[in-house]
Amino acid sequence: MAEFKEAPPGSSAMTQATVWLENRFPTGFAEYKKHMSEYYAPKNFNVWYFFGSLAMLVLVIQIVTGIFLVMHYKPDAAKAFESVEYIMRDVPWGWLIRYMHSTGASAFFIVVYLHMWRGMIYGSYQKPRELVWIFGVALFLCLMAEAFMGYLLPWGQMSYWGAQVIINLFSAIPLIGPDLSLLIRGDYVVGDATLNRFFAFHVIAVPLVLIGLVVAHLLTLHDVGSNNPDGVDIKAKKDPKTGIPLDGIPFHPYYTVHDLVGVGVFLLIFAAIVFFAPEMGGYFLEYNNFIPADPLKTPAHIAPVWYFTPFYSMLRAVTDPFVTVLVGVVAIAAVLTVLRAKLSGTGKLVVLVGALVLIALLKALDAKFWGVVVMGVAVMVLFPLPWLDRSPVRSIRYRPGWNKVLYGIFIVNFLVLGYLGIKPPSPVGTAVSQAGTLFYFGFFLLMPWWSRIGSFKPVPERVNFHAH
Amino acid sequence: MSEAKVDSGRRTWIAISCGAGAVGGVAVAVPFVASFAPSERAKAAGAPVQADIGALRPGEKMTVEWRGKPVWIVRRTEEQVAALPKLDGQLADPFSKRNPSELTPEYARNEARSIKPEVFVCVGICSHLGCSPVDRFTPGAQPSLPDDWAGGFLCPCHGSTFDMAGRVFKNKPAPDNLEVPPHMYLSDTLLLIGEDKA
Repeated sequence: MAEFKEAPPGSSAMTQATVWLENRFPTGFAEYKKHMSEYYAPKNFNVWYFFGSLAMLVLVIQIVTGIFLVMHYKPDAAKAFESVEYIMRDVPWGWLIRYMHSTGASAFFIVVYLHMWRGMIYGSYQKPRELVWIFGVALFLCLMAEAFMGYLLPWGQMSYWGAQVIINLFSAIPLIGPDLSLLIRGDYVVGDATLNRFFAFHVIAVPLVLIGLVVAHLLTLHDVGSNNPDGVDIKAKKDPKTGIPLDGIPFHPYYTVHDLVGVGVFLLIFAAIVFFAPEMGGYFLEYNNFIPADPLKTPAHIAPVWYFTPFYSMLRAVTDPFVTVLVGVVAIAAVLTVLRAKLSGTGKLVVLVGALVLIALLKALDAKFWGVVVMGVAVMVLFPLPWLDRSPVRSIRYRPGWNKVLYGIFIVNFLVLGYLGIKPPSPVGTAVSQAGTLFYFGFFLLMPWWSRIGSFKPVPERVNFHAH
Repeated sequence: MSEAKVDSGRRTWIAISCGAGAVGGVAVAVPFVASFAPSERAKAAGAPVQADIGALRPGEKMTVEWRGKPVWIVRRTEEQVAALPKLDGQLADPFSKRNPSELTPEYARNEARSIKPEVFVCVGICSHLGCSPVDRFTPGAQPSLPDDWAGGFLCPCHGSTFDMAGRVFKNKPAPDNLEVPPHMYLSDTLLLIGEDKA
């Protein structure tokens, strides 16, 4: 235990109170220093660095509005739809709280996608920030689960049939699938039991995990320090007297005040959507969801909310002919690995046998199952990113010029996949999303190869920074 | 690290108590996981339902709810029944060979997948991801369907198509034909869905 301090005689009441507190709760003071006043962040953050703190802000908005919604919502298949309409029409300001929550869901994904994109272009996941990235991807997964389960609660047509489709995805798993989806639903069809358990997960279980992961994400970040647009390690150049990084500034007050600008701009846009376009033309709140759930009638066109559609496109892209293409891809990949990679005899044998088993499984199991696998792997492939990237530099600023084109194509491809996922299936759309799926996976799985090629620009010793 | 010698006897007891604790933890998890399974009430809700098809005219479809799922009863026209064998080549499983025990009861393992050729009964849930397909009984070219469309069902979610006997077309996301539920005739116009033994 730290020694008891004494306030200097005749000091102000404020100082005395501070000393009193510090003697009884030194951890609070130490943590404040570690995470705020003495957390040194690089001084060259650009606009991309707003999205981390904005994600925290949206989390707070969702939790606060969520608590107030739960006060009026009824998780009962017979009453849920009605209670949401009650919130919208009869509860004083209920419409505002609900629109903040529904807009917050979309805002969360916009902010998080931009935050992840920042990590990708500046190589923020590279050593030593692998765990920061992994906790981040886990957060993204949790967020997807949270959004999916929350979407069932209004008990509209889209809520109902969206849940029906996604839960049925699990039944595609061989052997255990049908029982697993039965266990998730708690009934033979999506019903009251499903609604109640999704409510429990949405309001308690997943938020607790989310908050825990946010803490882990921030603690790991603050242990290794923030990256920056130059990808330069600021801890390499410290002031010899103070030991503080020369390019670092205390998070508080510099970045707390700086982030307030981002918060201001964000809230301006957020409020504009909440007040003037809460449905966002059917993208944030789908029109079919204003019709109560009807287990006997699927809406003419069902699509998930926009933030899931890139992954949904990849699910739909997997048809029987596409599985044949995948067989070809696996075969070529295996042959190239054996011919080109420096592997021992046993290693080559393992690769060949593994590829043959995979090809046999691809042909033996339904395309439906592989669609589910492709969608799942599309998210999971983000986890090993720190090890897939073999680039000697972090930031895209010092990578070969064509990398910018490649990252540009990646983002356009992701947006196209998202667009196609909203549209009803069509032959052209399917062909494009199949090409897009191959590109998406190629980008990540071939990264160990392409991220090493080309001439890298010299990375400066200190960050680029021009005072305003 | 302490220099003291490890007391392996104590280590063994630590390992045993950790193991016992883990077994206990798993045992406690069992009732919680089991509580996810359908309740007794949900299981009991699967009673058979009756449907009067007396008013159903050729070319029409009616829907009844059985176990929370839509069950369709379609009275097919003579032309629709006659057209069924012509489609065999385009279908993934024209003779209901896949999972017959789950999808097609013995009395429906024929070209029309029904007891009476004109009356077709099936669960209106797509075998892909559980959407309810929509009627596209009018033949001919139309959006999301081939130009030589002979009439049938289209799943709005992922574009799977089924013929008038609920048989799935080839190269579609849905792997199986639509499920024919157990059913029987109580009289000429009264169907019992959910039970097929007298």
